[in-house]
Amino acid sequence: MSTLMVLRVAIKALARNKMRTALTMLGMIIGVAAVITMVALGTGAQSSIESQIQAAGTNMIMVSAGNFQQGGVRMGQGNASTLTPEDAIAIQSVPGVQYVAPGVSTRGQVVAGNMNWGTQIQGTDVDLPLIRSWPAKLGAFFGPADVASASKVAVIGSVVHEQLFGADVDPVGQIMRINNQPFIVVGVMSAKGQSGMGQDQDDVVYVPYTTVMKKLRGIQFIQNITVSAASAADTTPTADRIANVMRSRHQVSEGDSDDFMVRTMEEMASVRVQATETMTALLASIAGVSLLVGGIGIMNIMLVSVTERTREIGLRMAIGARGRDVLLQFLVEAIVLSMVGGGIGIALGLGLSRGVTAWMTWPTEVSPEAVAIAFVFAAATGVFFGFYPARKAAALDPIDALRFE
Amino acid sequence: MAAGNATSVIAARSLVKTYVVGDYQVKALRGVNLDVPSGEFLAVTGPSGSGKSTFMHIVGCLDRPTSGQYFLDGQDVSRMSKNELAAVRNKKIGFVFQGFNLLSRTSALDNVELPLLYGGSTLKTSERHKLAKDMLAAVGLGDRFSHHPNQLSGGQQQRVAIARALVNNPSILLADEPTGNLDSRTSIDVMGLFQRLNIERGITVVLITHEHDIAEYGTRIVSFRDGVVVTDRPVTSRRTAADELANLPDTAEAV
Repeated sequence: MSTLMVLRVAIKALARNKMRTALTMLGMIIGVAAVITMVALGTGAQSSIESQIQAAGTNMIMVSAGNFQQGGVRMGQGNASTLTPEDAIAIQSVPGVQYVAPGVSTRGQVVAGNMNWGTQIQGTDVDLPLIRSWPAKLGAFFGPADVASASKVAVIGSVVHEQLFGADVDPVGQIMRINNQPFIVVGVMSAKGQSGMGQDQDDVVYVPYTTVMKKLRGIQFIQNITVSAASAADTTPTADRIANVMRSRHQVSEGDSDDFMVRTMEEMASVRVQATETMTALLASIAGVSLLVGGIGIMNIMLVSVTERTREIGLRMAIGARGRDVLLQFLVEAIVLSMVGGGIGIALGLGLSRGVTAWMTWPTEVSPEAVAIAFVFAAATGVFFGFYPARKAAALDPIDALRFE
Repeated sequence: MAAGNATSVIAARSLVKTYVVGDYQVKALRGVNLDVPSGEFLAVTGPSGSGKSTFMHIVGCLDRPTSGQYFLDGQDVSRMSKNELAAVRNKKIGFVFQGFNLLSRTSALDNVELPLLYGGSTLKTSERHKLAKDMLAAVGLGDRFSHHPNQLSGGQQQRVAIARALVNNPSILLADEPTGNLDSRTSIDVMGLFQRLNIERGITVVLITHEHDIAEYGTRIVSFRDGVVVTDRPVTSRRTAADELANLPDTAEAV
């Protein structure tokens, strides 16, 4: 019998008991749909985190001050005062580096008119909007001249804008006081929302880093240097090159611990990505169990079917079916059940994923791999769970089978 | 190949069949010798336990003898493998059963086509349809090929089964109590069909029955008892179904 004929015989046999066929398929449909939807949910969560990181800039490298040690007292990361604006200039010439912005911050009370607000005062350089791909909404970011002269200009985040001036007021050109010193507001950043780390990035005031050093804190060092690599793929090697330059500048000898830290955005994000990967795996394995149960359902029905159709098997043998033909027929029936069930399951899974996004606003992303794996697993389940009943059918003695009541 | 008679479709030589049941040996056949020439209408009778069913299974290639030889169309099939026997059943034997054994929820046409699917047949779908339709027409069901078994009467179902048995043009038609589930009028009708096929198409018919009056539609009666043939006689006053049907009062058509 040709393969096509086997298929046709199997489909005809399945069509003879439509209700049972549909119910058996249902197990497979639910299993496959569950796997696809669960994996889509997990992948969606994962890629929404990834896109947050993308928005923060995957090519971003943070150089921050390291541990500060005085006598036997170690102050912990970020307290060393060895990072200088000259380091930032040196990093600028490291191959693969695109933009560099020295950073130094302080907390401060900002006042405008009769309103005041406590916020983070970030000293930075002119390239920050480029590094973070974050444009100003009103006015403009300060320029090189402001940095050179440590002028008292400020660019405010949208939260500060709202709190001090009100969302409808254009604050550009107005005066605000930071720690009792007057600053001119030159720009307002567009809203950016939470960072990948959960901080509100809009609750901030940006001023030239020189201004923070000289006018607000009176220090000679900076706290960190934000760097962007020219290409995202080159981020890690660039970070390594920066570390080397920094080591030689700070005369860190081999074996000694660095007085600075170089981290990439990717490193910082990998922990969260890992967490969602674990969640995806968990969801997928739960869904996988339902797929397995669907497979057992197929075996159950096929076993009942073999018993119920014993006379049919006997007849088929009497008119010339070999054991192989009978085996193949039942096996193909099981495979057709699981594959058609799998196919419908894929359609249902795609629909459910869309539904979850539409009604519950959870991000979902159907991965072709998950669809392929679910389908292949469904087909494999058909073969695996169909084989035992099929072999049982093929091993029947035609005389006994014909006499079976 | 030392076939018995050149014209014998069936040639059985000292057929013995022994079953082992627990510690006992049951001798179902104890040396059966029988020749059935082509075109004969043989009726096999005997009480239950006489060995006629075992004989039928061996003749039908569903089972193999413990010893002895069985030539079908001059070919020794007594030592063939299961798969070879399946091929022989497909090509040379047409079965008709007491319980019809049609596939439910399957059209008469599909039922008749069934043997054409096996045995490495390379027929196209249209060719299979044509063969099956022709065969249904030959048994008088030319207008019913799309009907399912539950839409057909017992007699009609048995006709579908006969069409299925004949569709592969077998050497013998092996009927096991074909009238056991039919009323007497329909029985005569079905026997008429066997007689007609036997005469018109020259098909060798082997009819297994325990009803003596049904056996008399054949040309020869063989009786089994305790695993051997006890009587083997030609039918002297053969019944002719067509004549009997013509003489029956014309009651409501039961077929």
